[in-house]
Amino acid sequence: MESFPVLSLTTFLPLVGVLFILIVRGDEETVARNARGAALWTSIGTFFVSIFLWINFDTSTADFQFVEKHEWIPAFNISYHLGVDGISMFFVLLSTALTPLCVLASWKAIKTRVREYMIAFLILETMMIGTFAALDFLLFYIFFEGVLIPMFIIIGVWGGERRVYSAFKFFLFTLAGSVLLLAAILVLHFQAGTTDIPTLLAFQVPAEMQLWIWLAFFASFAVKLPMWPVHTWLPDAHVEAPTAGSVILAGVLLKMGGYGFLRFSLPMLPLASDQFTPLIYTLSVIAIIYTSLVALAQEDMKKLIAYSSVAHMGFVTIGIFTATQQGIQGGIFQMLSHGVISAALFLCVGVVYDRIHSREISRYGGLVERMPKYALVFMVFMLGSVGLPGTSGFIGEFMVLIGAFQDNTWVALLATTGIILGAAYMLYLYRRVIFGKLEKADLKNILDLEPREIAIFTPLLVLVLWMGLWPQPFLDVMDVSVSNLLQNYQTALNAADAITVVGR
Amino acid sequence: MNLAADISIAWPEIFVAVTAMLLLIFGVFQGNQSARLISWLTVGVMFIAAVLVLSSHSGRTVAFNDLFVVDAFANFAKVLLLLGAALTLILAMPFNAREGIPQFEFPVLVLFAVLGMMMMVSANDLISLYLGIELQSLSLYVLAAIRRDALRSAEAGLKYFVLGALSSGILLYGMSLVYGFAGSTGFDNLAAVFAAGDHDGAPIGVIVGLVFIIAGLAFKVSAVPFHMWTPDVYEGAPTPITAFFAVAPKIAAMALFVRVMLEPFGDLFEQWQQVIWFISLASMTLGAFAAINQTNIKRLMAYSSIGHMGFVLVGLAAGNETGAQGVLLYLTVYLFMNVGTFACILAMRRQGRMVEDIDQLAGLSRTSPKMALALAIFMFSMAGIPPLAGFFGKYYVFLAAIQAELYTLAVVGLLASVVSAFYYLRIVKLMYFDEPLDAFDQPVGKEISTIVIGTSAVTALFILVLWPVLGSAAIAAATLFAV
Repeated sequence: MESFPVLSLTTFLPLVGVLFILIVRGDEETVARNARGAALWTSIGTFFVSIFLWINFDTSTADFQFVEKHEWIPAFNISYHLGVDGISMFFVLLSTALTPLCVLASWKAIKTRVREYMIAFLILETMMIGTFAALDFLLFYIFFEGVLIPMFIIIGVWGGERRVYSAFKFFLFTLAGSVLLLAAILVLHFQAGTTDIPTLLAFQVPAEMQLWIWLAFFASFAVKLPMWPVHTWLPDAHVEAPTAGSVILAGVLLKMGGYGFLRFSLPMLPLASDQFTPLIYTLSVIAIIYTSLVALAQEDMKKLIAYSSVAHMGFVTIGIFTATQQGIQGGIFQMLSHGVISAALFLCVGVVYDRIHSREISRYGGLVERMPKYALVFMVFMLGSVGLPGTSGFIGEFMVLIGAFQDNTWVALLATTGIILGAAYMLYLYRRVIFGKLEKADLKNILDLEPREIAIFTPLLVLVLWMGLWPQPFLDVMDVSVSNLLQNYQTALNAADAITVVGR
Repeated sequence: MNLAADISIAWPEIFVAVTAMLLLIFGVFQGNQSARLISWLTVGVMFIAAVLVLSSHSGRTVAFNDLFVVDAFANFAKVLLLLGAALTLILAMPFNAREGIPQFEFPVLVLFAVLGMMMMVSANDLISLYLGIELQSLSLYVLAAIRRDALRSAEAGLKYFVLGALSSGILLYGMSLVYGFAGSTGFDNLAAVFAAGDHDGAPIGVIVGLVFIIAGLAFKVSAVPFHMWTPDVYEGAPTPITAFFAVAPKIAAMALFVRVMLEPFGDLFEQWQQVIWFISLASMTLGAFAAINQTNIKRLMAYSSIGHMGFVLVGLAAGNETGAQGVLLYLTVYLFMNVGTFACILAMRRQGRMVEDIDQLAGLSRTSPKMALALAIFMFSMAGIPPLAGFFGKYYVFLAAIQAELYTLAVVGLLASVVSAFYYLRIVKLMYFDEPLDAFDQPVGKEISTIVIGTSAVTALFILVLWPVLGSAAIAAATLFAV
């Protein structure tokens, strides 16, 4: 399939924008204006190129598509290998769709060092797309880790008061997990003699090694996702990051952890995954219930949404490790839906933060009187986060729960309580911010959404409802890839069982 | 072997030796005002020497009764150290002119040190090894103290001299033990003796001698527990000298270390592996933790280089071909990162005075964004974050460690790199997150800015040249195992 390199184009197109921004000369105002424009148009261009992927995607095969493979380090069997399948395709789209919205959301909020900001965002976009499109483990790791640099800068330079602490915590937590992933990649590289992902997927890792490699993968992906108890970097990072940084963090970066479990842990290490499923279930259930309760007690809007993200990611891990068709599809769907909804919720917080410069819930109240459009938008996303039928959140959580019931009813039961708690903290948040009396003096002349903000929210609104009312186009894309993954997974488990039986 | 053939093999070294002496004579007659001219001539000599090294044929040849060897490994290391020396010498020129180091001996001494280093990496006998080390060390002692009226510089020179002489003594003592028990000083003979000998019954005298040799060489590469001199010498010596110390001698000593361990003592692998394992682990850990509290950027770089040497030694501890290849790749990357960082340090001047406090970098991204960007690239690269150069150096040494099943070493090393990321990030934090102080003096000078741009481009885009570098490192590493 040596055709036009669409994936490379999608991945590296943002860097063209970077080059353009770099060569812009002039006073600060001109540079800022050009940087904004260039970043917006490059990211929109990238999005349209990535749409091409979906249109031409063949839903009838589980193979990787749009494959590009070039020799890179032949002596070590490392190649430049890109491709997407039903699992990764939507994550590429999610990355390309959220970036232009982030650029738009930062249009006025970022006033200092706009050039550097836009460069960081475009580099971040390249790294995100590359992570999901890479079909070589080393290449994957390069993109996966490369994300840290622009994100560190974004949180640290344009963040809030405790930005330095948060940026360091984010960087070091993630790096500590990732170096263990690197150790596991090195072991796999040595065992299989290659870092090519399709080859590694077919490679059978010795049973006694699976345990250790799985734990190393887990260290990295669990921090990234994040799972309880290594989630503590997330609320800090979210609170201090600028709005667009939070959006990308919640929308895409967290999904890298879930994607990692799905792409690497489950298919490459089936025996260990099967063995560790109870661990994942336990941690996920704790995450869902505990972080929901913590969210209930938050006074800071961003922190509340950050904790709700941890809870929602708990559903994702349960879904993935149920190893059922519904569970895994639900997990992926939940990630996509959360990518849209949490991004939108952070944008909602950003809207009022830009006006009042506070994230304290108690600073607000009665906004519906002055901001009816905002109240409507916020409500849809709030209900999406709760998982109301008709929104995308419902489909994801429901499918995960179906999968969980097939595997372990207790997990399903406990996870369901998370939905109830989710409704509690989201509705409570909404009541305190939107309803009530408009008493605060500075809220009396707060302005409703401006056209730029409506332009940001409209696509997200459409997506939430579309995914909630007609999820079939999305599920179709995943279907074959997921069932293929499951088939291999079951085969591997059965083979291992047969060996143990014979061994007895 | 006749003399003409021998000379043709050692042609780059002879060329350097002769030109160094000619330049010395020239300097004596012309006086200190010719220092700048001699510096440029020295850079030219190094360039020509590098071309001569590259144009020599690549097979393994020995000369001068097996005292001297030329192979792809030696050539790779020589090109690296010549490049490192030339770049640091270029960096030194404006500094010397400004800070009052007028001596024309400066470039000549650098050239003699380089000659010693070339001798080291081409040594094929314990005696020629020792000659190379001493020629290098004596030049370096003088260079450390070249600012003889400055207290700190003199102290650094003296400290370096005393400890260096001690380590040379230890090395020599180890060599005499090995000679006494194995009956030869030639690498080829030693290798043959150990290969023929009973593997688990190497004479105890050889083992003791080997440990002494390792101790002496560990001092030269400043690996823990023989690292104590490094921070003091780095801090005390004039900055361009520190840059030189951090790059060329480290590369030469490490290449020599690898050759000595793998060629003559290759069959005693099981005996020395645990020693290297320990010094590697200790260097990585100490380099990571001790640097956290440093406030002087030169001391920080000293601990950073101790840590880097620990990572390089991981490749040696693995003792396989990938390991040797990883060592060479790491040294290449190390060269660019370090030269670039020191070039930035040299640009840290305020009102004509050098500042060395890390806090002085605060807000550099506002006052000179380009330099801040370059320094950030070096710092992220040193922390081993992909896609920058430092990551690939680490990848290959750790891949070798995994192949050799040194899992503990690999995991501890990787975690040490997380700890070290903390202090590299601290510099990025100062430059990008903090409020700016007064700007550094502008312009920084043609030499510095060219080198900063060049090295940062290599560091950032190393991913593009990875395969050619790795390929030649592979050829170089293979020669060590071909015997």
